[in-house]
Formats: sequence, C-alpha cells, structure tokens
Amino acid sequence: MGFPHPSHSKETVVLSKYFGDADARTYAGWVKRGGYEALKKALGMTPEAIIEEIKASGLRGRGGAGFPTGMKWSFMPKGDNKPHYLVCNADESEPGTFKDRELMRWTPHQLIEGCAIGAYAIGAERCYIYIRGEFTEPWHVMTKAVEEAYTNGALGANVFGSGKRIDIVLHRGAGAYICGEETAMMNSIEGRRGNPRIKPPFPAVAGLFGMPTTINNVETLTAVCHILNRGSAWYKGLCLSSPKSTGTKLFSVCGHVMKPGNYEVTMGFPMKDLIHDLAGGMRPGRRLKAVIPGGSSVPIMNAAEAEAALCDYEGIVAQGSMLGSAGFIVMDDSADIVYEIYRLAKFYAHESCAQCTQCREGTAWTTKILERILKGQGKREDLDLLLDLSEQMTGKTICVLSDSCATPIVSGIKKFPEEFDAYLSRAKAPALAAV
Amino acid sequence: MSGTAHAAHHDAPHQPVFVGKVKDKLDALFPKYPTRMACLLPALWMVQEERGWISADAIAEVATVLGLTPAYVRGVATFYTMYHLHPVGRHFIQVCGTSPCHLCGSDEVMKAILQQTGCGEVGATSPDDRFTVVEVECLGACGFATPILVDDDFHDSVTPERVAGILARYP
Ligand SMILES: Cc1cc2nc3c(=O)[nH]c(=O)nc-3n(C[C@H](O)[C@H](O)[C@H](O)COP(=O)(O)O)c2cc1C
Ligand code: SF4
Ligand code: FES
Repeated sequence: MGFPHPSHSKETVVLSKYFGDADARTYAGWVKRGGYEALKKALGMTPEAIIEEIKASGLRGRGGAGFPTGMKWSFMPKGDNKPHYLVCNADESEPGTFKDRELMRWTPHQLIEGCAIGAYAIGAERCYIYIRGEFTEPWHVMTKAVEEAYTNGALGANVFGSGKRIDIVLHRGAGAYICGEETAMMNSIEGRRGNPRIKPPFPAVAGLFGMPTTINNVETLTAVCHILNRGSAWYKGLCLSSPKSTGTKLFSVCGHVMKPGNYEVTMGFPMKDLIHDLAGGMRPGRRLKAVIPGGSSVPIMNAAEAEAALCDYEGIVAQGSMLGSAGFIVMDDSADIVYEIYRLAKFYAHESCAQCTQCREGTAWTTKILERILKGQGKREDLDLLLDLSEQMTGKTICVLSDSCATPIVSGIKKFPEEFDAYLSRAKAPALAAV
Repeated sequence: MSGTAHAAHHDAPHQPVFVGKVKDKLDALFPKYPTRMACLLPALWMVQEERGWISADAIAEVATVLGLTPAYVRGVATFYTMYHLHPVGRHFIQVCGTSPCHLCGSDEVMKAILQQTGCGEVGATSPDDRFTVVEVECLGACGFATPILVDDDFHDSVTPERVAGILARYP
C-alpha cells in the first residue's frame, strides 16, 4: 500500500496491509490480525519441511540479487554442532528504495515473526537485524516490538513453549551504504570496518564470526510469514507473467510522480500501470523520460522500455535493465539525465569502501569527468573515456559496487546520447559553475 | 525532540563515559555477541549519545573497555560517516542530496536550511554553535522527499516553506 495513499484496487496487498495502522505495531494488535500464527505453525514443522515449503513457493530474495530463498536456506550445514546465525539486512540504502523502512515502521512484528521462522529453519538460535544508523524511527519501533515479543514468549529461551531458543539482537549501523553488502555487514557486526570479504568462503560455510550464516532482506523474511500461513501453492499462484517470479512485491516509486510511495503488486504487473496509474503519473504537462528501476545500480530505461516492461525479474531484463531492489527512480522531461547520473556517480564515489583499485579510482574519476562535462568543459573524448573506465570497473572487484557505478553511466550514454551532446557541443548552459 | 549533548571543550580533562548507567548498558550487550569487539559500534554510539562527539580520549577509553587498541578503534570509527570525530553544533542536520531527492527539489531545501541556520555552506557550523548542516546520501525515504534528520528526529517531505517551523523546535 502506497502509504500515505489509500490502497489502490489494482494492488495485491499482503505485506503492506497494515501500513498506516498504528495498532498493528503492538504485540496485541499484531496477534489480533492473525500475527504469530505462522511462527507457531513453523515450530510444529521440521526445519526441512519449512525449507521445502519456501522452495516450492518460488520466493526469491528481495534485497536485490533475487536468489531463491529456500535454496539459500538449504545451503546451511546440518548437524555440524556450530552456532548458526541469521542476519536480517535492514540497511536499506540503495537510492530509490524505501520499502524496508515502511515494513519496520508499521509492521515490526511481521519482521520479527519472519526472522524467528528463518532462524528456526536454518538452525540458528540468534538473529541479528542490522538497521542502518539513519533509521531512527524504525529503530525505536523495532526495539519496542522486540521487547514485547520477549515478554510474550515469541522470542527467548523457549519460544511459545516449543523448547526452541530464538534471540533477536538489533544492531545499529553508522552510515555506510556498503554495509548493505552481505559480507561487509558481517564485518560491521563484528566491530570492523565495513569492507566486503572475498568469496568463497560463502556465508553458509563461514559467515558471521566465522560461523554458518544466512543473510536475508527485510521484505524476504516478512514474505515468509504469509507463505507459511497460506501455503506455497497460494504464493506461487501470485504470478502474472514469468513463473520464475512469484508472489507480491513492494515497488518503491519515487522521483517525478504525483503519488510517490510503496505499491504492492503481483509479480509481472505492468510498469506502465504502476507509474501512470498507481503512482499517479506525471505532473501536469510533463511526460515520462526515463526510469531507473532497481534502485540506482541498474541500467537506465527510456520511456518506451519502461512502458513496455512487466515488473518481475525477467520482465525488466527483457527491457534492458534489472529489477534489483525495485526502487523506481522516475524522471520526467524536466530531468537532466547527465546531472542525475553524475549525482549517482558521486554517491558511489562517496560510498566506495576503497579496497579495490578499479572501484576507488573508477568511481572518483567517472565523477570528475561527469562534473567536467556539466561545467561545460567536457571534451568529445570524455564519453569514450567514461566507457573505457566503466569497462574496467565491471566484473573485476570484490563486490559489485564498482559495477553499479558503471551501469547507469554506460546505459545513460547509450540511451540518452543527445543529453551528453548538448553539454559537449556547448548548446546547453553548464549545470555546474566552473571554478 | 532529542537534543544532542553539548560539544565538550577540547581542553577539559576526559571524564570516563563508561561508568554508572552507561557502563551497565554496555555490560548488558556483552552476552548478545560472542566477542567484545562486536560491541564496538554500539559503544561508539553510546559515547556519541553521551558527549555529542567522539574525542581521542573517548576512543582510547573505548579501546580499553573492549580490549582493543586506540588505533584500531579509530580505524573503525573513521569508516562510518555518522560518528562525529570533531565537535559539532548543538543540533546536527543531515539533508539528503542523492538523485531521487535532487529530482524533487532537495537543492532548494538545502539552500533554505543553510540560509536560515546561518551555516552558509555545507559542512559548516553556525556562528552561534546551534547547528551543523551536512549533505548526506540517500536516507531510504525517497518517496518522502526531501527527508532530513535533525539529531535523531526524522522529518519527511520537507519543503523550503517548512524549514523555519522545523528549525524553531531546536533552540
Ligand atoms: C553494494 C551493495 C549494497 C547492498 N545493499 C543492500 C541493502 O541495503 N539491503 C539489502 O537487503 N540487500 C543489499 N544488498 C544485497 C545483499 O548483499 C544480499 O544479497 C541480500 O541482503 C540478500 O538477501 P535476500 O536473499 O533476501 O535478497 C547489497 C549488495 C551490494 C553489493
Ligand atoms: S568494489 Fe568497491 S565497495 Fe566493493 S569491495 Fe571493492 S572497493 Fe569496496
Ligand atoms: S534519495 Fe533522498 S531519501 Fe533516498
């Protein structure tokens, strides 16, 4: 539901049903709405049965990569007598994405329940929820909800009398986009700098504190509750296009739309309707120019591609981009593509952890070159230089932040050459003052 | 409304942070992590909550309390942008400036804030020491452009017109 907007008739509201409903934040309110039934059901099942159910549902990770959740859980070793950990990724820092914030701020118990089920399924007694430092309100809401969950026996040494121990620890980040990357997050929890680790070893083998670890996004874990309640067949049936993309999904729509918000629709929903109908379309007199649909780390789509795309993992790839974290950055014809891409490059340059040369140098230099173009001092060769740098930044580093910086640049030059040309030919006045 | 504690003077002798209630709070965290080092981020937050910023002496204290070296603690603290390693104004304002908010007019919000706080430029502290204003990257609230954080308070959908009303709440 696109809070603060009322639910739209074309939405399929599952995860966001209680956005804006303050009573749903409390333990009693959550229970009244059918909460914690999924956890009780899970505790009566074997971990293997839960994993099979999640596998059968087709649920894929909502953090960006779309990895099948049930399969990820099945990688956790069994009978190894080591502590296992679940880490819930609530670092949400990908520009354009703001769904996990709403899930935590309105339905904290939905997340706690999902974490508890996930922890039990992978044999973990402890789950760390890593909340970005700037999320002060979600932090307070989650803190209160976790306390309530302990008081009511939904967490602790003997969850709902099952004899199972499940603890949740909230861990506050301190300002670093890169800590959203799973191995950086583990370092950050361990009290280190948030540098991503080289893989392998994969987290399921040696993750947090060197122990088998699974990391999942907030939305992924909240979806788990509903799959257990209503069954994998129901979830799998929520599908409008590719059978590889199932369930509902929260799409964060922002930028140049009349009604920005999180809209929950069934996978495969047309992007055209999402932007022009649910999100209220363009401002009067404006038309759609571009969409970056995956948060900012994916190729930019032109209006034709965006309006033809179906919103699922495959549908967006078919139109030249990627679903990513499903944060749609919408731009109308007033947007300056070169400037917005420059601002994104600046973001990546600021957030690079700087351990890989290609990323540290590449993000800084692409930013400087784009800045030069915007100052009206660009040279024709600058586009080739940007493309060459981008090439060297792709597929060569420890994590994909470097690729993420290159992607909007390469696709922007390819799809909006006239916007670059306007600066290079000096036809357009500089957007940045030359110093 | 939460005000950050006043910035301490550089030259005042360091009063230990981890005593009394703050020490109890840290002690309560130890069982939640298998290592003491894992309490580093929370410990740095506690210092900042108590003192408004994290001084070299506080870094040394954190190192002692957690069994780490000051250089290690400093290395970690400098990685994260939210820790203040220098004193800041009484109220710390973070304004989002990343593309989604830029599309929705964050530049104008920033301009209004810089002008009305008297900070003049991004990163500066106002002459009366009341405000420090910085531009930050995506705050995860792009649908509520432009979001700003004043100390621990998140303000959604800020427009230049709303700035004065918000600032008035932070004396
Ligand atoms: C630079 C970078 C930043 C990321 N930021 C986030 C984030 O803020 N939230 C998130 O859930 N996943 C983020 N991810 C993806 C995580 O590494 C991880 O794949 C995800 O949390 C796994 O959860 P899922 O399987 O439920 O999607 C990021 C990845 C990279 C490379
Ligand atoms: S690609 Fe960039 S952010 Fe990722 S590990 Fe390398 S330097 Fe760090
Ligand atoms: S870009 Fe401003 S909150 Fe995301």
